[in-house]
Amino acid sequence: MTEKRASQVGGRLRGMLRDLWAAAALPLISIVLALIVGAVVILASELIVPGRPFDVTLPLAAYSALFTGSLGGLDPIVNTMRSAAPLVLGGLAVGLGFKAGLFNIGAQGQFLLGALGAVTVGIALNEASPFIAIPLSLLAGGLFGAAWGFVPGLLKAVSGAHEVVTTIMLNYVAGSTIAWAVSGPLDQPGSPSPITAQVGNAALPVLIGRNGHAGILLALVAAVVVGWLLYRTTRGFEIRTVGANPDAARYAGMQPRLIVVLTMSMAGLLAGLSGSIVVLGVTHHMTASFGTTVGFDSIAVALLGRSNPVGIIFAALLFGAMRAGAPLMQIQTLNLIPAELVDVVQATILLFLVAHAVIRRLLHLRGVAAGVEATDTITKSYSGEAVTH
Amino acid sequence: MDPVIQFFYGIPVLGLVFQFVGYIVDQLPTIAPIILGNATPIALAALCGVMCERSGVVNIGIEGIMIATAFVGWYVGVLVSPMFGARPDWIFGFSPALLIALAAAILTGMLISLLHAWLSITVKADQIISGTIINIAAFGLTGYLNTLISQTSPNGAGNFSRFRPPAEITQIPVVGWLFQMFLRQGPIAISLIVIVIAFQVLLFRSRWGLRTRAVGEHPRAAETVGIDVIWLRYRNVVFAGAFAALAGAYLSMEATNSFQQGMTTGRGFIGLAAMIVGRWTPVGAFGAALLFASSAALGYSIGGNPPPGQLGDLLSGVPGQVFDALPYLVTIVVLAGFIGRSVAPAADGQPYERESAH
Repeated sequence: MTEKRASQVGGRLRGMLRDLWAAAALPLISIVLALIVGAVVILASELIVPGRPFDVTLPLAAYSALFTGSLGGLDPIVNTMRSAAPLVLGGLAVGLGFKAGLFNIGAQGQFLLGALGAVTVGIALNEASPFIAIPLSLLAGGLFGAAWGFVPGLLKAVSGAHEVVTTIMLNYVAGSTIAWAVSGPLDQPGSPSPITAQVGNAALPVLIGRNGHAGILLALVAAVVVGWLLYRTTRGFEIRTVGANPDAARYAGMQPRLIVVLTMSMAGLLAGLSGSIVVLGVTHHMTASFGTTVGFDSIAVALLGRSNPVGIIFAALLFGAMRAGAPLMQIQTLNLIPAELVDVVQATILLFLVAHAVIRRLLHLRGVAAGVEATDTITKSYSGEAVTH
Repeated sequence: MDPVIQFFYGIPVLGLVFQFVGYIVDQLPTIAPIILGNATPIALAALCGVMCERSGVVNIGIEGIMIATAFVGWYVGVLVSPMFGARPDWIFGFSPALLIALAAAILTGMLISLLHAWLSITVKADQIISGTIINIAAFGLTGYLNTLISQTSPNGAGNFSRFRPPAEITQIPVVGWLFQMFLRQGPIAISLIVIVIAFQVLLFRSRWGLRTRAVGEHPRAAETVGIDVIWLRYRNVVFAGAFAALAGAYLSMEATNSFQQGMTTGRGFIGLAAMIVGRWTPVGAFGAALLFASSAALGYSIGGNPPPGQLGDLLSGVPGQVFDALPYLVTIVVLAGFIGRSVAPAADGQPYERESAH
């Protein structure tokens, strides 16, 4: 009896491991390959800057500095989590869209608008009790972001305007809105360059280390909620069905248009919260050049995390670690390796993920899931017949 | 002021419209060359989009191709200019180093496009994701290399110079400013006019154009009449890379003489917007690019030299960012079909499976 049970448990364990390998193999292989490509880039860049001896071990020095800067001690680890938190929320915003067959390139704009909402309310309530100021600022950020996601969702549902184009356009409109708000109504009089006031009591409390703010916790909670929504609720089932096959969803009595509007609004809410925790937890004020990469990094996070909340957390931690460690890498290698190396590695990871078919053939991998999941219905023509007919 | 004009300007509300038109007519000769200059990279990006999407491949990596080619053009100029000694005094400021740099930029644009073509046609990866990756990679790599190279404080190869049309032409009353607009430009901006017209004629009047449109609308039908869909798509996407490369080269070799990180500032995406508003035709896209560039130029014009009277008070109250955001808002409105709907080629974005493969 116990033997049988043990073998059952063993079998289940083996099955779980197999599933884990199937899901994680390609991302892991892509990461390793991208690090190798990064090393080649480092070696090649030594040839560009003359006047220094050629050092074969430079890639190792760079990667070890990257590691120390992101994981070597409490402060680096907290910094990694702090960089990862907005990426988790942004990654969820993009990933949720992918699940419904939507490509939310607009995370950047929703992020900016969310930050704007949070900073506006935060400044207004900077002397109120934190118990009032923080929730209301977060709520405002989330709602601003949701509104910025609702618009492309509605346009797609009503007229079939493709969300990729409308969200790209809205990203730039968001940029202009921020520039206007920070240099206009929110500008601090007497400052040399446009900058808003501090958020004061609306700042998120520090929970761990020197600057591990409560937004990290919020990101984790959001991942759990999105996971629960997607896999444990009827709405989540509908979202995934619309993403997999909108026609089947319609025949089953679901309303793809409603799901599109709902998903885009929720994605906007998540990206808006992402902007809010950066402004309330890290910068505490806003400048016209606020947070330019989170929105696009979020796309990378969602792709690497296969749109799965757990995968997104790991992907965000990886990219967050690279962002957190990059400055130390640049300093320790005496500016020979700019922090932008992280972007190069990030893009290379994605390149290998997308070319997964080629990698699978080259490495003879079997029983391994595709690199990029649930994105087959995205690139439909701009008239977007997938949903509206 | 002319009493007739005074009368029209005096009409309540409607008078403001007349004043606005009068202001534009007044300002146009001054800002027209600037408008065409600003429209050039946008229009070239849009032409790249038209060429790809007419044959059924979505390309949102144009922005990335532009930044990469702007960088390569500038940096190849840095590398080769010491080999040639003093700059010759050729038309348009041409020099051997600059021409080699331009060729390198165009080659780079075509190579990146080849990567996009391979990912989206052969690997059949999602085309929007492929374009996104090209953007991220191009911005990362150029940022990385630029930070490295700027430590050596390099000297560039300079930039192309503007043609100076003779005063007899530009002084012609009423239309003289048009000559000023189209001729007082560098070589890339002037060649743009030729490219737009040639592309429009070829797309709608040549065998290649017919085939391209057929492949973009109904690849299956195109193949049954003997068109090689895969080959045609490859050829068009790679060739379109040259347009994006010209757009990038314009930024670092004609408008300025150096490379700055992120100097494309979204022009590749505005190009896509111009393509949509111009309904996937070269002339339409060019017109949309002009319109978009005018919006920004008008914003600056109003900021620096506002019109007099009521209209001036009204327009000066509008934040400059509204003029920046206007092109994007117009695109959303057009795409949503509120003003004359714009519809993409039917097979746009769908990878093609050969019949024989099944």
